[in-house]
Amino acid sequence: MSRITPEEVRHVARLAQLELGDEELEAIRLDLDAVLDYVDLLKELDVDDVEPTTHAVPLDLTLRADEVVTTLTRQEVLQNAPSARDGMFRVPRVVEGGN
Amino acid sequence: MDTPGVKEALEQLASGVTTSRALTESALAQIDAQNDELGAFITVCHNEALAQADAADAALAAGTGGALCGVPMALKDILVTRGVRTTAASKILDNFIPPYDGTVVSKLRAAGAVFLGKTNQDEFAMGSSGENSAFGPTQNPAAPGTIPGGSSSGSAAAVAAHLCSAAIGTDTGGSIRQPAAMTGTVGLKPTYGRVSRFGVVAFASSLDQVGPMGRSVWDVAKVLEVIAGYDERDSTSMQRPVGAYAAAAERGPDAVRGLRVGVPREYFVDGMQPAVEASVRAAIAQLKEAGAEICEVSLPHTKYAVATYYLVATAEASSNLARYDGVRYGRRAAEPADLDDLYRRSRGEGFGAEVKRRIMLGTYALSSGYYDAYYLRAQKVRTLIRRDFEAAFSDVDIIATPTSPSVAFPMGSKVSDPLEMYLADIFTISCNLAGMPGLSVPCGKDDDGAPIGLQLLAPWFEEERLCAVGAAYEALRGGVA
Repeated sequence: MSRITPEEVRHVARLAQLELGDEELEAIRLDLDAVLDYVDLLKELDVDDVEPTTHAVPLDLTLRADEVVTTLTRQEVLQNAPSARDGMFRVPRVVEGGN
Repeated sequence: MDTPGVKEALEQLASGVTTSRALTESALAQIDAQNDELGAFITVCHNEALAQADAADAALAAGTGGALCGVPMALKDILVTRGVRTTAASKILDNFIPPYDGTVVSKLRAAGAVFLGKTNQDEFAMGSSGENSAFGPTQNPAAPGTIPGGSSSGSAAAVAAHLCSAAIGTDTGGSIRQPAAMTGTVGLKPTYGRVSRFGVVAFASSLDQVGPMGRSVWDVAKVLEVIAGYDERDSTSMQRPVGAYAAAAERGPDAVRGLRVGVPREYFVDGMQPAVEASVRAAIAQLKEAGAEICEVSLPHTKYAVATYYLVATAEASSNLARYDGVRYGRRAAEPADLDDLYRRSRGEGFGAEVKRRIMLGTYALSSGYYDAYYLRAQKVRTLIRRDFEAAFSDVDIIATPTSPSVAFPMGSKVSDPLEMYLADIFTISCNLAGMPGLSVPCGKDDDGAPIGLQLLAPWFEEERLCAVGAAYEALRGGVA
């Protein structure tokens, strides 16, 4: 039995901002089904009283000095932009009106 | 001419029998001759490498050379390099020219290393075979027709084919150690936090670690000395003094006398290839003969590691890869109708199949209603896996296992079954989940000549011990292959 419906896989693709064709969606749905069946293995364990690990090695979090330092220039930051204008990244119009 | 390993290259450069320019020209010529077939490099840096070599020769003449001055190396294409295209083997980054160097790259540059080029890999380091590259697969120089392992496929192949003295890889679930095992080379994954991740294209940030790949334990130890250390630009890097790793690799076979070597019973399982088990058992017997005490240990949560890893790693990847949106860098879909269309089509067109699959799994595991059942549960099981190793290391000094349950498999044989491909990482994944350092050293070959790797795991920040034991084993086995 499928665990993930075609509607669910389309929803996840929307969350992930991925455009996927119908065949690709179906292939991924079947792969996810198989992987989710496999990871059910973890349900065998009682983890109610176990703390989650976010980093394996305890971190020494430190604050850096609050100093102004040289970073990349605007030109360097924009050099890889697919589209830029007037020192800014350019995207399709989001807000209607104006020019 | 074969490119010498790090140790030989440093000796030859110091004695003046060769120059960095001569080594670099020869390495570039070999790469040009072999790369079409081998697929080890995505980008070869002819002009930059020769300029670096000339600068290294000048520094050597002036006596101001750094620790790797003049040594020709290769960098996995996941390491950000100023002015040199960095793709992570993805179509979505195939035009990305970084305006800065990552920390590992800066450190190698400062030490005088020469960068021959950027090596092939699985896209965004997602894969165990090198087949998931937008630039085509890499061949295994040590076993024709088979995969070189992954994801640091090109770095392993370049080292194995003697196209460079050493290479840099990254290891999120075994991506340095497994290809090292498959190609008969040495690969070391440092403790999480030992080496800065600044300027490394992120896959799974709590698991990713940069490390050296080379022909001998001494070679990788020497490179590790250069790349290790605290970096204020990586909040997860640790303020620990860097060890004398190369000196540790010179202690010889005596380094194992009195050492307690743990052999986890869960790592010798059904389905392991007999030649792999025989080689690894023989290696452990050699350590015993040299004076080590062999102890069975138990890592009871081993069977949960792959499931835990694929939830944690994909969740982190789905978040990290959200940055590829077609706006600031990378590919943008043509003529987007609106901003959402721009995002979705740029990503849909730019990512390969395995990357999409993992983004989808990770997004699902983090999505509303599933977070506790999948991601949070996996993070809790991760704690149990880490505790297994803490308990084991309270009893033993080092753990010895196979690096992989099999030798290199034929090209194309697992691409249609993602789950089977994921299970290829079963012996390397726990080390990333628990964070300690791991090393793969060649320990034999099967009847067809395919290399087999011995994996050594040491407690957190004990890379010196790892290098000492690895080099001791290498010497017991009769030196570097």
